[in-house]
Amino acid sequence: MHLSVSAVSKRYGRGGGARTVLEDIRFDLRSGEFVALVGSSGSGKSTLLRLVAGLERPSEGAILIDGERVRGPGHDRGMVFQKYSLYPWLTAAENVAFGMRLQRRPRREVRERTAYFLDVVGLGDAAQRLPRELSGGMQQRIAIARTLAADPRVLLLDEPFGALDLQIRESMQEFLHQLWRTTGLTVLLITHDLEEALLLAQRVHILAPNPGRIVRTVEAELDRSDLARLRLSPGFLALREELAQTLRRLDAAAEEPRGSVA
Amino acid sequence: MPESRPTPAASGWDRPWLFGSLGLAVVLLLWQLVTAAGWVDPLFLPSPAAVLAAGRAQFEQGLLVRDAMASIGRVLAGFSLSAAVALPLGIAMGSSRLICQLLEPLLGLVRYMPAPAFIPLLIIWFGLGELPKVLLIFIGTLFFNTLMIMDAVKFVPSELQETALTLGGNRAQLLMRVVAPCIAPQVIDAYRINMAAAWNLVIVAELVAATEGLGKRISLAQRFLRTDEIFMGLIAIGLIGLAIDLGFRLLLRRSCRWAT
Repeated sequence: MHLSVSAVSKRYGRGGGARTVLEDIRFDLRSGEFVALVGSSGSGKSTLLRLVAGLERPSEGAILIDGERVRGPGHDRGMVFQKYSLYPWLTAAENVAFGMRLQRRPRREVRERTAYFLDVVGLGDAAQRLPRELSGGMQQRIAIARTLAADPRVLLLDEPFGALDLQIRESMQEFLHQLWRTTGLTVLLITHDLEEALLLAQRVHILAPNPGRIVRTVEAELDRSDLARLRLSPGFLALREELAQTLRRLDAAAEEPRGSVA
Repeated sequence: MPESRPTPAASGWDRPWLFGSLGLAVVLLLWQLVTAAGWVDPLFLPSPAAVLAAGRAQFEQGLLVRDAMASIGRVLAGFSLSAAVALPLGIAMGSSRLICQLLEPLLGLVRYMPAPAFIPLLIIWFGLGELPKVLLIFIGTLFFNTLMIMDAVKFVPSELQETALTLGGNRAQLLMRVVAPCIAPQVIDAYRINMAAAWNLVIVAELVAATEGLGKRISLAQRFLRTDEIFMGLIAIGLIGLAIDLGFRLLLRRSCRWAT
């Protein structure tokens, strides 16, 4: 699998009122890679993910999967939203089975894969519960299981842990990391959390706001055998702080012209 | 990690019934007290016993059941028609901006025309039979049903729809497997609320022109100063309405456990 985002721009509106949200975005993602896009609000990072998912179309440029242009959403690019995306009328197991049912897979296969992916996310016991009976972290794990069960070639995560409490977020990061290591997933993660990006992704693209553009790419070759220790290691902290300064500078630069007018 | 939810059966459900019955009992008691003391002329306010007797008499003559069936039949016919048209119309307006822009001003306008004001027109067009009464209920509930269903569709979270698309779903599946189950509770509730309007309208229609029906019975009773029969009719209308309301609530609780 090769996802190629080439010279993609996105504008909303026309003429004088047009607003450029993304400008000349280029990056690649290959099978088994974990790539993160980090930026503050206004950097267009969610829009970028929606373009890759096919939920919106780029104004310029193209998004290609194995050389074929993305023209709309499909189960080869599974998306996990920040929250509220489980179907509240379906049990956890029915949610996991949902994508496979849409694809009209054989019943037996649906049943087996549902049980398998519930186990993968460690929620085999919660199969018959409704989403409202699950905690936020459990809901997100079910959402991930549902997406994986639909057999995507790349997993698109839009701030998947952004709505969770800090402690649960850390355990979910651990969970996602293990999932990636054991299953050989391909992941594209959107986040505003630098630590999360550096901790999980092999490559981190930094997005500047207004208009959103990639200003820096970091190859994060880190020893991820123990995430808890990595979080606190001096090298990691130094890299994180350096990039945090970059982000702050970009935000300040983006706000200045408007600030002086007001 | 999962939060345990208190089951509503123990604390939240029994007591409303208790207090509701209490309120009702107080009113009945006052009624009995006032009439028994002879403070009011029975012509204006008959005693509960007299109303009950009038009810029994009408039941024994078969009038009560015949009237009730006539009114219920009209409500069911008119409202079923309205519900059946409103569902696809509301879904179409809720999911297509174009259709919404086309129809919303029209519906917004007609919605403010009181349905009873259509009665003279309906009588000129369709005479005094069943059709104008059924159509009155249809007209009087169609727009509310449609607009409430449209709103329900508009508020289906976009994440739920987009998730289905990224799981490999097509437009038809989106409608049947995401939008339909998601709006089901609101649709049932909209029907429950607008059913009350249908029930009001059938009485109005019968007051104007009918040979049978609970509304007709009331207007006949007025002609003969039979206040007891008027009360009986009002109570029958209220009880049947309440039963329909409870039926919808039960349906909602049974079919949409996730939303209650």
